Amino acid sequence: MTFDRRRFLLAGASGVAYAAARPLGSLAADPVLGPAQLPSGALESALLDALPGKVPLIKKSWRPPNFETPVSYFNEAFTPNNAFFVRYHLANIPDVAPQDWRLSVGGDAADKPYELTLGQLRSEFTPVEVSALCICSGNRRGLSDPHVPGVQWGYGAMGNARWKGVRLKDVLARAGIRKEAVEVVANGADAAVLDKTPDFVKSIPAWKAMDDNTLLAYEMNGEALPHWNGYPVRLVVPGWTATYWMKHLTSIAALSQPFKGFWMSAAYRIPKGKFPVVDRFTTQETDANTPITEMVVSSLITNLTEGQRFAPYQSIEVRGVAWDGGYGIAAVDVSHDGGHSWRPAELLADLGRFSWRQWRYVVPAARAGGYTIVAKATNRIGASQTFELNFNPAGYHNNVVQRVNIQVG
Amino acid sequence: MRGALLIGMLLATAALADESQVKLKEGEGRQLVEANCSMCHSLDYIPMNSVFLDRKGWEGSVNKMIKVMGAPIRTEDVPGLVDYLAQHYGK
Repeated sequence: MTFDRRRFLLAGASGVAYAAARPLGSLAADPVLGPAQLPSGALESALLDALPGKVPLIKKSWRPPNFETPVSYFNEAFTPNNAFFVRYHLANIPDVAPQDWRLSVGGDAADKPYELTLGQLRSEFTPVEVSALCICSGNRRGLSDPHVPGVQWGYGAMGNARWKGVRLKDVLARAGIRKEAVEVVANGADAAVLDKTPDFVKSIPAWKAMDDNTLLAYEMNGEALPHWNGYPVRLVVPGWTATYWMKHLTSIAALSQPFKGFWMSAAYRIPKGKFPVVDRFTTQETDANTPITEMVVSSLITNLTEGQRFAPYQSIEVRGVAWDGGYGIAAVDVSHDGGHSWRPAELLADLGRFSWRQWRYVVPAARAGGYTIVAKATNRIGASQTFELNFNPAGYHNNVVQRVNIQVG
Repeated sequence: MRGALLIGMLLATAALADESQVKLKEGEGRQLVEANCSMCHSLDYIPMNSVFLDRKGWEGSVNKMIKVMGAPIRTEDVPGLVDYLAQHYGK
């Protein structure tokens, strides 16, 4: 890996100073590093540190870099670029020079393969902006019971952003994509250390590739994509988990046959019929399992921390976010007595069906005691969060309702 | 300014390079684990995935690295790797 001076300067003094001022070992019990249900070793080995261009995030692994966003950032409607989570499978991550970047577009189900420069991508297609939540399939894996191997994410392997780019379908149309196309494959510039390690390559169904909302994005929240989030161009697949949102995009191929590769046929798969999802990826299904597709409905309390204390007889504001795979959030119900009684939260501005929805709830003035806050989201097609973990061996789709215990008095 | 910038750069570099601060537990097989596992990833993957895997679980992880990820780990080294991982990071 190489880092240029500009990227370092972007990191800003605050991030570096923060990392430097908090020596290792002093953070072991810091709740910002994740909920207590994470594996003990995951909590002990996590710390806050800043990648170049980023504020201090929760370091899960150095190489490849996997960094989680602290929950407090989710009080904002859009997650700042410099606080957006970082997730890689492979450790060779090139610093892509914009003038050298080329996107090859082709595949056996396209008549006219061609290449695009960054300037062409930006100027020769209609720009589109979509607000969408990007969430790692394995977000909350660390809360799986029993624990399962992998990056032990807490709540923060996600972020909401405004993604600007061009429609994948427009780029494919210029290549003369044919009706026989069943999948569209995306590859990125990041690569493995060893030749024998399967390169990270992903496909999506042709119908999803041709969806108006599926973009080749070059901007995030009004700025160029951060290096660690896929500069200069990444795939944005609203409603679907981030495994398909290929970073540092280098090629797009329309295929007449299902793509065979480790990251499709063996990884990112869920037991068939286990989750209430609508979108199917039929060309990749087997009798037993299927690729993960859309996000399941979920929510998160963003402004309270476990064990937080409040003065008695004052109302307490609870804030959070709720999301699903793109049907839209219909309601968030909140309980402050551990789930015995529920009242609807106030839903804030609708930022689009692929964005998360902020919500707000006020716990009435209460006497001293312990209170357990629980939030449960329901979407517009009637799907809701689970109370018991829907266990699966890779720890995907964890949407168990979150419980936060607070202390009044 | 220049001095401050230089210090800042050193800190940033140190922070990044700082997978070297991951110290695995002392014990027989530690160097074998460090040499084999750090070819492809930082060693914090090991404590992060603890403590919940039993010996069979760690054996599965090592074999996945060989068979799926193509790690050039010698067959005769596998028991030593699994012993260390199970003893120090196993349940």
